[in-house]
Formats: sequence, C-alpha cells, structure tokens
Amino acid sequence: MKDYYNKGEERPTLSASVAKPAGVYRSLPMPARYAINAVLVLLFLVIGEGLISGGVVNRYQSGVLEQVGIYIIMAVSLNIATGYLGQLPLGHAGFMSVGGYSCALFIIHMMPVLGVETKAMAAMSSPAAIGLFVMGVVFGGICAAVCGLIIGIPALRLKGDYLAIITLGFAEIIRVVINNIDGVLGFDFTGGAKGLSGIPGYTNFLNVFLTVAVVIFLIHTMMKSRHGRAILAIRDNEIAAEASGVKTTYYKTLAFVVSAFFAGVGGALYAGCIGVMDPSKFGFMKSVEILVMVVLGGMGSMLGSVVSASVLTILPEALRAFSEYRMVVYAVVLILVMIFRPQGLFGSYDFSLSRVVERCLNKDFPWKKKPGAPAEPAKEVSADE
Amino acid sequence: MLNNVSRRQFLEVSGLVAAGLGLAGCGSSSSSDSGSSDGSIKVGVMGPLSGSVAQYGVACRDGALLYFKQVNADGGINGKQIETDVQDEKGDATEAVTVYNKLVEDGVTAIVGDVTSKPTIAVAQKSVEDNMPCVTSSATTADVISYGDNYFRACVTDPFQGKVMGDFAAKQGYKTVATIFDSGDDYASGVADAFKEECAAKGITVASEQGYASGATDFNAQLTAIIATNPDAILSSNYYQDDGMIVTQARQLGYKGVFLGADGWAGIVGGDQDYASTADLEGCFYCSSFVATNPDESVQKFIEDFKAEYNEAPTNFNALGYDAAAIVCAGLEAAEEKGGTPGSDDYKQAVIDGIAAAKVEGVTGTISYSGTGDPEKSTLVITFKDGTEEIFDTIEP
Repeated sequence: MKDYYNKGEERPTLSASVAKPAGVYRSLPMPARYAINAVLVLLFLVIGEGLISGGVVNRYQSGVLEQVGIYIIMAVSLNIATGYLGQLPLGHAGFMSVGGYSCALFIIHMMPVLGVETKAMAAMSSPAAIGLFVMGVVFGGICAAVCGLIIGIPALRLKGDYLAIITLGFAEIIRVVINNIDGVLGFDFTGGAKGLSGIPGYTNFLNVFLTVAVVIFLIHTMMKSRHGRAILAIRDNEIAAEASGVKTTYYKTLAFVVSAFFAGVGGALYAGCIGVMDPSKFGFMKSVEILVMVVLGGMGSMLGSVVSASVLTILPEALRAFSEYRMVVYAVVLILVMIFRPQGLFGSYDFSLSRVVERCLNKDFPWKKKPGAPAEPAKEVSADE
Repeated sequence: MLNNVSRRQFLEVSGLVAAGLGLAGCGSSSSSDSGSSDGSIKVGVMGPLSGSVAQYGVACRDGALLYFKQVNADGGINGKQIETDVQDEKGDATEAVTVYNKLVEDGVTAIVGDVTSKPTIAVAQKSVEDNMPCVTSSATTADVISYGDNYFRACVTDPFQGKVMGDFAAKQGYKTVATIFDSGDDYASGVADAFKEECAAKGITVASEQGYASGATDFNAQLTAIIATNPDAILSSNYYQDDGMIVTQARQLGYKGVFLGADGWAGIVGGDQDYASTADLEGCFYCSSFVATNPDESVQKFIEDFKAEYNEAPTNFNALGYDAAAIVCAGLEAAEEKGGTPGSDDYKQAVIDGIAAAKVEGVTGTISYSGTGDPEKSTLVITFKDGTEEIFDTIEP
C-alpha cells in the first residue's frame, strides 16, 4: 500500500507493466526474512556493545545514544497515530510522562519488596532487577495505554484540529495532576513541582537497544497484520473503510491506545536515563518536538521516524562546538527540509532489508536500466523495520 | 520546482552534508580530547546558557569565570593554570546529564554547576558514581546534596530561607501572616512551606496561603482573599518579576502592611527595570546573601572587578557563581598540597576533602561546611529605604 505510493513518486512510468521479462522473480520465504532481520539486529547489538565496552564509544556518546533510542520509541509510537491513522494528536508528552512516572514509582516502591538494591537496579546485575525493569516498563506502558483509552474514546469522535486541541488539553491535565496530586493525597507521591528524584538509573544502552528493537518489531508486525491494514484503510478514506466493514471506532481507538502504550514505554526508559522526572518538562513543547520528528521523517514511514529522531537528537549535540548558534542550525535544518521535502525525508517509504536481498538475488539494481522492468514482487510482506 | 526534489537526490545531498559535518565533528572532538595537561587543571562550568532560565546560568558562569580568571592572573593554583570547559545545558535535566557525561569524558577535575534545581539533582545522582567534586552556585532544593559527599552548594536552601524569614517575622512581632507563591515552582513553594512551618512553631497565625499558576500576571483574586484576613505581613516567595507585580497590585488594593521575600527578590530594584515603585516597596524585607550596597571591602572590590570585566553591575547570581568558583579553588588548593595528578580518583577525593574542610571568605559571606554539602554562612536581611536596598540585619548561622 505505502509502497505503491512510493513507486508512483519515484517512477511515474506506466511502461513498467508493458513488457515483462521471462523468468520468475525470486522471493524469500518468511522465515528467511525474519532470520535476516534478526541477524541484523544482533549484529548492531554486538557491535554497539563491543564499541561501548571497548571504550571506543565513550560515556557521553553512549548517553546520547540512549536518548536517541528513547526518542526513536517516542517518534515511532506517535507515527502510529499520526502517520498510519492519519490523526494529529498533540498530547504525546502526556503519555510519556504517565509512563515515566508510573514506571519510576513502580520500581522505586517494588525494590524493597523484591529486595533489590539501588546499585543492583542501576547495574541490572541480578535476575530480580531485570524482571523488575521489564515489569516496570510494561507497567508504565499499560498506565499510559489506560490514559490513551480514556482520552481516545471521546477524542476520536473528533478530527483534525479538534482532536489536536483535545489531546493537547488532556496532556496539560496530566501535567497539572502530576504537579498537584501530592497536595490532594496529603503524602509524597509524585513529588509535585519539585519533581520525582532518586530514580535508579536502570536505563543503559543494552536495554534501550533491545526495547527499541522489540517496539519496532511489534509495531511493524501490527501494521502488516489485518489490524494494521484496517488502520491504514481508515487513514486513506474513513467512509470507504466503514462501508467495507472496518469497525472504524474500534480501530481508531486501538491505534491510539497502542501509540500511547509505546509512548509510555519510551517515558519509562526516559525516567531511568535521567533519574529525575520534572512535570514542567512534559508540556506542549515536548509533544511538538516529537511531532516534528515524525513529520520531518515522513508521516507513515517507520524508517523516517527512526532516522529523524536520531538526527534531531544527535544534531544539537554534534553542533555543541557552535554554542549559541546550535539551536539556530537546528531550526534552519527543519525549515530547509520542509521547503525541499514537504512530505518528510522519506515520504511514506520504508526500508526493507529483505527487499534489498531479493533485489540482489534477482540482480535488479536501481542503477541498472533493463529493457523493460522486472516483475515486481506481488506484495510487500517483509518482516523488516 | 522546489517540491520536485526526489528522495534519492535528497538523501544524496543530506548524506554529503552529514559526512561533512561528521568530519568537522571528528576534527573538533579529537582536538578537544586532550584532558588535563601537566601545567593546568581542567574545571568544568555548566549551566543553562540558553533557554528560559538562561539569565541565571549566564550570571553564574560570568561570576565563576571572573574568579578563575583572577586566580590565573595571580599565578594559578600551585603554579598550575585553571582551564575552564564551559557547557550549555538549556535548563533541561536530559541535557544536563549529557553535558555532565561530556565533561567527565573531557577529563575535568571538578565542576561548578549546575544552576537550577532539577538539572542539578539529575547531575548529582550521576556524579556520585564518579565521586566528582561539584559545587552548585544556586541549586537551592534540599535533595541536591543528599546523594553523596561530592556535592556542595554555595547558596542556602529554600527551607532555610523560609525558616529565616519565619524567625524574622517572629522577631518583628508579627501576629498574623499570609503567603502567596507560584505553586508550579519548587523554589517558591519550598520557601513558603518552610515559612509556614516556622511561623506555626513560633506561634504566628498563617491566615491565608494562596498559590497561583506559573505565568500568572493578575493576582487580584489571591490578594483580595489575603487582604480580607488583614495580615501583618505577606510572604511573597517568588522571583522578582512576579513579586513586583504582586506588591504593586496589593498596594492598589489598599494593603498597607509589610511584604517579606526570599532571595528571588534580588533584582527587584536597580536591575533591568524596576518591577515595583519605590513607595510600594518601602519597608519591605527579603533575605539574601549578597547586596550591592554591602559596605564590606571584599564585596565592593568584587563589584568593581565585575564592572571592569563585564561592564555591568553584578547580581546575586554573579556573586554566587564567583563564590562557587572560590570554593572549588579552595578544594583544588588542598588537593595540590597533597600532590597527585589532576583528574585521578585520589585527586578528586582530595578536592572533596579540601572543600569539606575549607573556610572560604566569599562575597556572599563566610562559607564553611560541617559534614554536609550545605554551607554555614551568614544571611542578610535587606530592606528598602527610598528605593535603595539596605542591610537591616545580619543573621549568623
């Protein structure tokens, strides 16, 4: 579906279907596709860990990489609601803060129960600590998903700017509640305006990387499934989708809740990365920052979200040498991209390693002009990021 | 035409640009990777130099850099020059952690920073692992120093200021007081909470507590409620922009009593603009550790030097930055006496021990530490007389 658009953009020729060469287009079986991607993920992981433990990537750089991973999760999760569902929610920071606070509070309060020391939690050195981390992250995601459900059901009756405003309002409600709930409860819970501090630093490169891989895999498989197709159908034409028997309310809420869930997961990692949660940081601007990543990368492109989240997180750090001018450069990059690529860096294109492998198998390279293009694979069902 | 750039073309161009930037980045990072060389000691200075709280970060940095410059001009510490590594964290805890990691990788021996409370907490939690000596000039939140022995502060805490003003209210014989504070700001609410507790302990009635949302400019609703209880004094524990508006609006509503404040009031007169009129402020009190009208010799010399360097009058934050740098230097001096290589773990421990044992004659009072990272220093109660600030009382620790 998305690929169709892309082909239209890149090769507007109609001659592709005119003359088909003899021979069959060789395609990879599904297990092989999964295996290729699993190997790729493992390769990245081994290289990344090797560089860090070998001291080639220093602590500053690996700290930035952790943040890159967190923002990849945030951008990819917002991409579900923005790129795939075609809505414009502006409350992503709200879900991030819910996930972060609930995971941090869960871990802080469960550590004494399970007998995990702060040091062990930060170093992830015992099975209990790892289990607690997984439970905390999932718990954070679930809390955010519940918030997503609460806001999603009424909000998704609206469209466009109305939806933007109601989600914006909800994120503000979350922030104000976190800020003031201590006074209502009468005991220290979220820490209010002074923030929640003393969160063990449970986030490291390894678990951020694994979480990113799992999140991307889950979102990818969801989008390639029947449910994902239904969500895309709603984006392309809601009335047509409904007429075809797609339960629009259900699928819109599903996409929104899944988006909130993964935002919560991102927030959970963020809490462990920084060690202090500050409600004032999860305002409107944070939501816009994440939305900018999605729009810049191309709405509906997972690769776009990943690349632009990485670029926009690394850019201010890479430009640190220019001190005061770095934020100007950041803005200029945004403006230039939006002028020259209004559809985002990647439009709706998604990278597929197995597709590349297939092309190599068939010796079908983009630079190779053949008399008559080869037969295209019938349908993209790759299992790639 | 503009919209016709294809993905492939775009990627080619952006790839080239990225490669260029990457090369430039590698070039600059390899040159800055030197760490502490033999003849110098590398000290990190971090703070929000851009963003919404940049005014405090820039002020603290200016003060700290002035002190280091003076030390270097006097021959450095044990003949070693101090090399500063200044980094911006935009007032964001995320960036603060990144900047901290960067400073550690750059090989600093000690850090002056951070400036605002939450980024400082984030840095404090990280710095414990490295046992990095850090002195924050202005993070007043109580938690900052609670994570390890390596964190010190040059300023007093929010609760301490609230307590000082509570004691002061009792000393002045006030019977009923009220508070108005920014409920979204930990500094304002921290001072107000401690003030309330101290007043309760001293038998003063806190008739009304009014919080307002950050960014408010109309305080009539809260002030009307406060004035209805007819308090002898109102504590406005916010930053001076808000305090100015609160005082002005209260006077318009006919309130004749006294206003009390904490060091956020510094700059309410004689700063970038006057936030409240001379008549409205007459007889109000706030506590602070630095005031330009302090007749003390070292303070006047600091003001003179600061004006010569930056061509403007120093503020409370400049003075705190200057003192934070002085505290770091006291620690470095002690470590130099023991010997060792700057940047090594033993050296860092020596710096921490040095600071803990130091007695620094700063421009914000004499600073010493007794087992914690909280300073024992005198506090000035400042009053307004005909539009100028005067020291009303000095409260010893």
